[in-house]
Amino acid sequence: MKVSMTVNGKAVSGEAEGRTLLSSFLRDGLGLTGTHVGCDTSQCGACVVHVDGKAVKSCTVFAADAAGANVTTIEGMANPDGTLGTLQQAFQDHHGLQCGFCTPGMVMSAAALLADNPKPTAAEVRHHLEGNICRCTGYHNIVKAVLAASGQDADRIAAE
Amino acid sequence: MPKDHGIGASSKRREDVRFLTGKGRYTDDINLRGQAHAVFVRSQVAHGKIRKIDTSDAEAMPGVLKVFTSADFDGKGGVPCGWQIHDRAGNPMLEPKHPILAEGKVRYVGDAVACVVAETLEQARDAAEAVVVDIDELPAVIDMKEAVKGGALVHDELGSNLCYDWGFIEDNKAATDEAFKTAHHVTTLELVNNRLIPNAMEPRVAIGDYSQAGDDYTLYTTSQNPHMIRLLMGAFVLSIPEHKLRVVAPDVGGGFGSKIFHYVEEAFVTHASKVVNRPVKWTCSRSESFLTDAHGRDHVTKIELALDKDGHFQAIRTETYANMGAYLSTFSTAVPTYLHGTLMAGNYKTPHVYVNVKAVFTNTVPVDAYRGAGRPEATYQLERVIDMAAREMGIDPIEIRRRNFVQPDEFPYQTPVAVQYDTGNYQATMDKLIEIADLAGFEKRRAESAKKGLLRGLGVNCYIEACGIAPSNLVGQLGARAGLYESATVRVNATGGLVVMTGSHSHGQGHETAFPQVIAEMIGIPENMIEVVHGDTANTPMGMGTYGSRSLAVGGSAMVKATNKIIAKAKKIAAHLMEASEGDIELKDGKFSVAGTDKSVDWGAVCLAAYVPHNYPLESLEPGLEETAFYDPSNFTYPAGAYACEVEVDPETGKVTICSFAAADDFGNVVNPMIVSGQVHGGLAQGIGQAMLEAAAYDENGQLLSGSYMDYAMPRADDLPFYKVDHSCQTPCTHNPLGVKGCGEAGAIGSPPAVVNAVIDALQRGGHKHVTHIDMPVSPSRVWQAING
Repeated sequence: MKVSMTVNGKAVSGEAEGRTLLSSFLRDGLGLTGTHVGCDTSQCGACVVHVDGKAVKSCTVFAADAAGANVTTIEGMANPDGTLGTLQQAFQDHHGLQCGFCTPGMVMSAAALLADNPKPTAAEVRHHLEGNICRCTGYHNIVKAVLAASGQDADRIAAE
Repeated sequence: MPKDHGIGASSKRREDVRFLTGKGRYTDDINLRGQAHAVFVRSQVAHGKIRKIDTSDAEAMPGVLKVFTSADFDGKGGVPCGWQIHDRAGNPMLEPKHPILAEGKVRYVGDAVACVVAETLEQARDAAEAVVVDIDELPAVIDMKEAVKGGALVHDELGSNLCYDWGFIEDNKAATDEAFKTAHHVTTLELVNNRLIPNAMEPRVAIGDYSQAGDDYTLYTTSQNPHMIRLLMGAFVLSIPEHKLRVVAPDVGGGFGSKIFHYVEEAFVTHASKVVNRPVKWTCSRSESFLTDAHGRDHVTKIELALDKDGHFQAIRTETYANMGAYLSTFSTAVPTYLHGTLMAGNYKTPHVYVNVKAVFTNTVPVDAYRGAGRPEATYQLERVIDMAAREMGIDPIEIRRRNFVQPDEFPYQTPVAVQYDTGNYQATMDKLIEIADLAGFEKRRAESAKKGLLRGLGVNCYIEACGIAPSNLVGQLGARAGLYESATVRVNATGGLVVMTGSHSHGQGHETAFPQVIAEMIGIPENMIEVVHGDTANTPMGMGTYGSRSLAVGGSAMVKATNKIIAKAKKIAAHLMEASEGDIELKDGKFSVAGTDKSVDWGAVCLAAYVPHNYPLESLEPGLEETAFYDPSNFTYPAGAYACEVEVDPETGKVTICSFAAADDFGNVVNPMIVSGQVHGGLAQGIGQAMLEAAAYDENGQLLSGSYMDYAMPRADDLPFYKVDHSCQTPCTHNPLGVKGCGEAGAIGSPPAVVNAVIDALQRGGHKHVTHIDMPVSPSRVWQAING
């Protein structure tokens, strides 16, 4: 079947089987390989994208179910001039990534948190990111990056 | 002021920009024109004889190109083991064949039996379900001590499940036994170092691409060491000469050891791409990763510590059963031996040490190096038994360690287990730890916890590790079947920019940022004039890859050597351009000058002259500016440190909460402090994960019970605290040009005993004096049972 949606502000359409997952549609159909698949039980969160403004695990949504939706992926998070957005820049500034594989999902998940809760506590950040597994960073610098992107003094909070 | 560029600067990582914008290029992001997809049919039983494999239904299904079984690999080799161990009597270890697809028998749940190659992934998946595998199930061998008693054999042709019985050093045994007879006090501890599943977040992927036109092959794979894969697979498995085989490991999403090894799937797709004459891609699902990535740890150990009346260590004796799983993975045999026994002296002066290791075949996934690899196992047992001895003898756990430290003026220090520590200062890292962990405030914090009904405990320990395993000639004598050097080619371009082609591989470590910092410092040019190329055998010199915290210490040293050759040649060119003597040329801040004059020529002009040699000493000097170096270290490096953990235990539920974790490390010189701290954070999370959460569990039939993220407890953001890390105590390595030691594994090595020591401390202080040990992971149920047991 043909599936149409808006991805990163552009109208797109492509062929999908009934069983095609949104993550496969984005990666294989549209070539947007920034969305990663790290597990098959909806646990790791590497595949998080925004569907109509909500963070969802794209490995757990059928492409057909996202028909007509407004989807944002990591490729849509930079500023219009191509420079890193505030949250992305905070991840670089605070060394919130190492191998980079969980990073797209981490950024998308954190962006959804900050949209709902612009000044989260460290505990709130940690709780929100429970569904995103990182094996490299031990989370320390990820939590700092999210706090910093919210305009808080991450170094001070981490040292307390 | 902290530096803002070069060695010692926290330069921001350049690789982050592509990772943060979705432009990374991981293996699964690669799709080749005309590629077919592979899906493996895997054994669902742990042990059995294959009676029949019926592929006829599967082969008739839409899109199926071919269904492979072991018959399609007649004449091909097995996946080799990279290290031959000799047992106590000098006999070589038992070494079974590890076929690409199971031959005659299956030996673990997940063992590859057949593989479907089809036009699409979905078609391959559907057809894989239609392959009928008829297996006569045999009793599974799971428990190591049972396995060596007799009964079922994992490999019938070997006649035993005991791979080797290794003594280290065998000549130490008699004196060690004697020391135990005369000791004032002996502390004995039996423990389990729990089996772990590495779980790099990127699952493994392999794409084979055979070209009929050139009769050559390309393998794209998620590897930490593409050159080694090319050598092992080309020479030992598929008989493809290296000039006909290119291996590419592009962006790799974490490894932690699990992507060092040569896996059967790599050989499969490479061979299959020739058979079907199409590129063949295999992407591992996470469920399949749990069943096929090499697992880590899994030791069962008895350790004894003999002490004199003042708590001075007299002797250490250990007996360990080390699980090899069903086959010998690439470096499996080295992990419980030379990466474990050599570290049993720890940071301490102990006159007599004897280590015995029995490596055992079982019907489980092969076990191999995982972050730390042997050194966490050594550190855990040693630092746990020291804590227990301190308690038994009524000595403060920090004091007993201080009494036994190798002292700063005793380096180089020869241990009784073969290695010689070049440098260190264990008192200094302990002092630093006491400061950053605010140990003086512990009692106050304990009182606060008590008000909430919680038992607070403090665990402290030290660790030492050995990185950059070398030199090659020595490890060759010990059974290594590879060299352990590293390589670098430094290519200067005509307009002055540089490219470093390194045999090291970055999969999160930040080489693309840190390596240029070193060269920028050496030449005095901006870091952004230097690029790093890695991960492709076609454009990097033969190197051994990244593992064992070796990249900067070994790969960085090769790069320094190559850069020194570049500078030496550039000085000759500069001398010619300035009509001066070569010996008078100085290089500073990217400018060559003649000592004692105001004559100078800048870096760019010299580079241009090398490639446009109009004014150039052609009769004595080749044009161009490109040098290669291989560096083979003369010794290991020995990072060391002291760690502290504070926990709260809820005595009602057994729940343990980590309140704080502090790490004081001595990594020698530090190139990028930001990256080093990040490496420690990640190691700590894995070590705390081992101590608190993670366990690979098999039932008695060999079914993996912890086969998904629903069942295997990965550390998540709210399981962990902010860490306090410090690496200001620096005793530079004495034998490599950068004075660096390696930082990648320290956190995972040093942290498990701190957590368990803290839990035992909390229970002891809380009046539960009968609890002297709890095996990892210290889950609520285990702690509750210990309290109430």
